[in-house]
Amino acid sequence: MAESLLRVEELSLAFPHEEATRRVLDQVSFDLYPNEVLGLVGESGSGKTMTSLTIIGLLPSTAQVLGGHVWFDGRDLLALSDREMRAVRGAQIAMIFQNPLSALNPLQRAGDQVARAVRIHRQLPKDEAYDTAVALLRQVGIPDAASRARAYPHQLSGGMAQRVLVAMMLACQPALLIADEPTTGLDVTVQAQIFELIKDIQADTGATVLLITHDLGVVSEVCHRVAVMYAGQIMERAPVEALFERPQHPYTERLLSSILRVDQPKELDTTQALLPISLDYDTPGCRFANQCPNVLAICREQRPAPHTTAQGHTVFCHKYTDEAP
Amino acid sequence: MSPLARYVLRRLLLAFVTLVGVVVVVFILTNILPGNPAALRAGPLANEELIAEYEVEMGLDKPLYVQFTNYVGQLVRGDLGESWRTGEPVVKELGQRIPATLELAVTAFVLALVIGLTLGIVAAVFAGSLLDHSARLFATLGASLALFWLALVGVHVFYYNLSWAPPPLDRLTIGVSEPPQVTGLFTIDSLLSGDIPTFVDALSHLWLPALTLAFVVSAPIIKTARASMLDTMGSDYIRTARAIGVKEHRLVLSDGLRNAFIPVLTTLGIVLGYLIAGNVIVERVFSWAGIGQYAWNALITKDFNAVRGFVLLIGVFIVFLNLTIDLLYGVVDPRIRLGKR
Amino acid sequence: MKSLRLGRRRPFFILGLLIVSFYIIIAIIGPELMRYEPTQTDPSVTLQPPSAEHLFGTDKFGRDVLTRVVHATRLDLAIAASVAIGAFAIGSLVGGMAGYYGGSMDDVVMRGVDVIFAFPAFILAMAITGVLGDKVEYVIIAIGVAYIPYFIRLTRGEMLSVRTHQYAEAAISVGNPGWRVMFVHLLPNSLSPALVQMTLVFAWAILDAAGLAFLGLGITPPTAEWGVLVSEGAQRIITGEWWVWLFPGLAIVLAAFAFSLVGDGLRDITAREEN
Repeated sequence: MAESLLRVEELSLAFPHEEATRRVLDQVSFDLYPNEVLGLVGESGSGKTMTSLTIIGLLPSTAQVLGGHVWFDGRDLLALSDREMRAVRGAQIAMIFQNPLSALNPLQRAGDQVARAVRIHRQLPKDEAYDTAVALLRQVGIPDAASRARAYPHQLSGGMAQRVLVAMMLACQPALLIADEPTTGLDVTVQAQIFELIKDIQADTGATVLLITHDLGVVSEVCHRVAVMYAGQIMERAPVEALFERPQHPYTERLLSSILRVDQPKELDTTQALLPISLDYDTPGCRFANQCPNVLAICREQRPAPHTTAQGHTVFCHKYTDEAP
Repeated sequence: MSPLARYVLRRLLLAFVTLVGVVVVVFILTNILPGNPAALRAGPLANEELIAEYEVEMGLDKPLYVQFTNYVGQLVRGDLGESWRTGEPVVKELGQRIPATLELAVTAFVLALVIGLTLGIVAAVFAGSLLDHSARLFATLGASLALFWLALVGVHVFYYNLSWAPPPLDRLTIGVSEPPQVTGLFTIDSLLSGDIPTFVDALSHLWLPALTLAFVVSAPIIKTARASMLDTMGSDYIRTARAIGVKEHRLVLSDGLRNAFIPVLTTLGIVLGYLIAGNVIVERVFSWAGIGQYAWNALITKDFNAVRGFVLLIGVFIVFLNLTIDLLYGVVDPRIRLGKR
Repeated sequence: MKSLRLGRRRPFFILGLLIVSFYIIIAIIGPELMRYEPTQTDPSVTLQPPSAEHLFGTDKFGRDVLTRVVHATRLDLAIAASVAIGAFAIGSLVGGMAGYYGGSMDDVVMRGVDVIFAFPAFILAMAITGVLGDKVEYVIIAIGVAYIPYFIRLTRGEMLSVRTHQYAEAAISVGNPGWRVMFVHLLPNSLSPALVQMTLVFAWAILDAAGLAFLGLGITPPTAEWGVLVSEGAQRIITGEWWVWLFPGLAIVLAAFAFSLVGDGLRDITAREEN
């Protein structure tokens, strides 16, 4: 297999609480290969955002890394100092978030904000940096880029603002781009455009993208591989066609069936809960056990070992660990 | 009409309405509340004839709305009436004393800003540290310190014990003559005329009252600056800047300060209100010949015309101050200046 | 158990509560415990520094400063309580109604608030007291008027957000008249920030009443009030008899500080509960 660009290995994270230390992330592992789009999928509370914040080193100060490594470019990012990490941010790993309008400084013009990223990462003087910024705005599909660059964030639409942020990331020319639910709150048509944009950027620049989302539909369109998370644990990792056609983990099956139900002329079955409950975090075993239709006694006690097929399909489930690979 | 013009117009209208309200309140204060103002003015030894004379002279025999219109007419001509005690025009008396108050208030304000902003911002940047907790405690304490008591502590320690300050008897030592009047601020005027000994003397009288006032007034500034800075540094756009690798110290000094300043600007209006109130007390303790002391004198001698003039002056000043801040807002914040898309 | 945790995480709040309780106790039984009378003069011991006989020293009439400070506690706390509760009651009612009924009533109320806010609270209180006269009731009214607008604004704001809640609509649909819904259901739910503000106003009222008395307005000698005591002591500032003004002033500062701590703590607690 090709050398991975990013390897998250047994990452565990916790926020100290009053009663007990509840792990937000429990031994999360996955690889990200060059030039691919990996989708990190799960409902709210699954830990996807925390994973991405750990990678880029922007965790809140109260968070504690309990164990694990984040290998990137031959180094463990978790072992780097603040200064070293700052050099990585933007230049090698960049991230865009939800709510693009609040992610831009309301007091600065859009073009100036992109130009600043250009100045930092491409070391160009002010004038050239600004021109480059306008060119980047054009590249991300903003019409009339020169005059839009002079606009303030409150004068832009959500979709436009997100494009500005993508332009900022392009200015940094990172090897890895993390996009955390980049289209939440945006129009459906605009959503499609943003994902098109990400796909194009990825194809043009050869960047690697970690796409975080709860929307399986988007995953099937945009991603090459997928990792499914529930309550801070990885449940399944697979190439996208394999995941959709031959889901192995019961949770993945549940996720997929909820989409398919919407397509069918029946009502959406909302009795099947997909969100983690508080109790899930306290088990030493598989956190889906409380809601799993195939649950076995061992599931609550022991975390399943990964079971990988030759096609690179990995699942963490006791249903499979007894089978011969 | 551009969004900015609409905003300005709205603010002007509001200010005007408030101004009218201020005049009404002041009128109520001195024409309706005190029972019979004529009797008060005539004094405790007056007979009914004298009181009746005063009533006519003060227009108290006319119906209220006439009194009010007369009063407004007076105001529009810039006439605040005469002091009951001295007979001098109140405008003139206030005018003579404003420079003294200005000298004290402006110095205290600048000091309070420096102390308050620095401590507030540092507390926010090092949130959760000992420095932060100390700054917050200092702010709560500062808000609880009775200014008049603190002034007394200051005089006792710095004059009585350490002799670092002169006796609290007005702005210059007895015998030192005032510098030639340019601004009315002794420190500046003495500098302008090159009179260094007078400058030093004026400064020595100024520093303690100004610092005392600044101490108390800095408390709300610390609180607001800290809250605003914390809010800004925790915002999504600061996170974006971090995510593209902007250096932390640049973030704090450039984006942080600029964005945090706007909410602080709003509270500066309130802070100046505290400052004016504090001025009255400090002027009393230090026998500082400003409008605060004038007001106190007027209250004690029941010189209600003078009181009325003072209160009106303050009210009008604050309305204009808030209007200025609002307009400044409109210029500084592009969301107001340019409106929506 | 919950209260212990509260104490560990909010030491200043607990400290504030303790000091406030202490003041209340002093106000209630303090005067009984004093050896001297507040107006008891003794020309032979004028201006004595603190000693075993007179813990806070004596003033220029030979009166025991500690006794006077303790007696003043009752008056000062009573004034501050009256101001805080009065302003809270009137302001919350007006604010609640303005928020609920809206329209031109709301506009008038808000403009009125703007006008009052155009005067610094202390200056307004000074003017009102100076004009009305030197009685305790007038002091309470003067200071109270300055703080009513705070409560109007706060309660109005809460009412605006609470008014659209479903249970209000439900109550109206069942047949309750509008004003009843406002009073019984909505108003109590709008009071939380106003209650926090009340503690802060308590602290400010102590400072304002003392400040007025210091200037010779409102409460005058020989009444034992903290501000009066400080002004009596202020005459001795040049000659250095510091105990006459320092101790009454400390009483003021400590009281205001304690109530501020309680108010800040309450604000933190209610904010956290919302989250």
